Amino acid sequence: MHEHVLSMHDLTADDVTRILDTAESFRKVGTRVIKKVPALRGRTVVNFFLENSTRTRISFELAAKRLSADVINFSASGSSVSKGESLKDTALTLQAMGADAIVIRHSSSGSPLQLTRWVDAHILNAGDGTHEHPTQGLLDLYTMREKLGRLEGLRVAIVGDVLHSRVARSLSFGLVKMGADVTLVGPPTLIPPDAPVWGVHVSYDIDAVLPKLDVCYLLRVQTERQRLEFFPSVREYARFFGLTRRRVELMPQDALIMHPGPMNRGVEIDSDVADLPSAVIEDQVTNGIAIRMALLYLLLGATKEDPG
Amino acid sequence: MSAPLNGKVMEPDDVRRALTRIAHEILERDKGVTDVVLVGIADRGDDLARRLAEEIRRIEGAEIPVGVLDITFYRDDIGMRAEAPEVHETRIPFDVSGTTVVLVDDVLYTGRTIRAAMDALTDLGRPRKIQLAVLVDRGHRELPIRADFVGKNVPTSHADDVRVMIAEIDGQDGVVVEGAR
Repeated sequence: MHEHVLSMHDLTADDVTRILDTAESFRKVGTRVIKKVPALRGRTVVNFFLENSTRTRISFELAAKRLSADVINFSASGSSVSKGESLKDTALTLQAMGADAIVIRHSSSGSPLQLTRWVDAHILNAGDGTHEHPTQGLLDLYTMREKLGRLEGLRVAIVGDVLHSRVARSLSFGLVKMGADVTLVGPPTLIPPDAPVWGVHVSYDIDAVLPKLDVCYLLRVQTERQRLEFFPSVREYARFFGLTRRRVELMPQDALIMHPGPMNRGVEIDSDVADLPSAVIEDQVTNGIAIRMALLYLLLGATKEDPG
Repeated sequence: MSAPLNGKVMEPDDVRRALTRIAHEILERDKGVTDVVLVGIADRGDDLARRLAEEIRRIEGAEIPVGVLDITFYRDDIGMRAEAPEVHETRIPFDVSGTTVVLVDDVLYTGRTIRAAMDALTDLGRPRKIQLAVLVDRGHRELPIRADFVGKNVPTSHADDVRVMIAEIDGQDGVVVEGAR
């Protein structure tokens, strides 16, 4: 196992399988009355979130607490960061306080990697810029494997703003690694030009893709980025790419609908579609805790290797 | 103390007889099987627990619930090895509260596994009693723990390697001591 979790790109197929298998044991711990095990007692995990996040931060916090680690939440507002302290100085401060692992979310791609050069703690990437969000990708893989029994050969469409989506990148890399068949779907302006080298297909017509799917994965329309005008209007997007009841009818009966949250009901997904039994969005959230427990356990449960 | 043994210390028949005796002892000690459950410690302990349940069914004609317990998250050496210890499955499809739990393991050595197992078990409920059955007790305890039911006491040195083989996993039953001498 690696010392850090920076990207799905770094992981081998064997790593992914080991993480998903370990998460399965933690998934069962989450169904007990006492949801806590003493595995990481006395360790300190810092949630270092310099970009807004509720679900990922809470998920990491719960994961660490269920492993009996101590958790410190550190966010940009109301901290030394808002007083102008640099990322490096803040990281060194966290290190001096004895952090064993730092979970970082940052608006700049590559900041988790940068952090590994400054501190000895294990670094977990909780989303960096438009680069990657590996724990989200892993929990999505876990959910697909749990519901459909395999990853190899699964036909998955990732629909929406792929260009700005670190979720789409992590998930695509992971799915391709595990032998799934991935199609990116969206308006041409939102499909990254380098997509073909990811080993995925590209389509601009969702209706043509839906009938051949095992999973339809919808990305959030990031309305905060729409000042850049990648498409004319949110209403037009919903008309061409939103998953409506009519479009669900085009999908095979047992295909899954997934979304990383938070959802814009009525934009990328219709409200009644989000509440269908085949929409496993809440399972994704529950599985996220197990995946993060598995990663913290696999990283902190081993001795740290001597560098060099 | 007798000299440490080397080589094969239990043949398949010895294992079978030891398990039959332990099954009798459990029935005698616990006066039947009312509220008695067997919980094997993964791996190998769970196979031994199933064997004991079969023996008890044969002797007493009674079904006894069997579970398997993984103690990985309760170990006291997490973070002290190069790799995080591998996780196995815990499957205890019954409530342990109020029962007499007989923990089953292959080898009793330092006692640390049993300490972890007791912690893991009490997170699942509050057993009325916890007892311990092992196929081999090799000595060298590091904690104040003892077994209630022992297949065979095998004197060993710290450097020895005690291997319990189970037909389900290894193709044949047996216990081998491999000395470092």
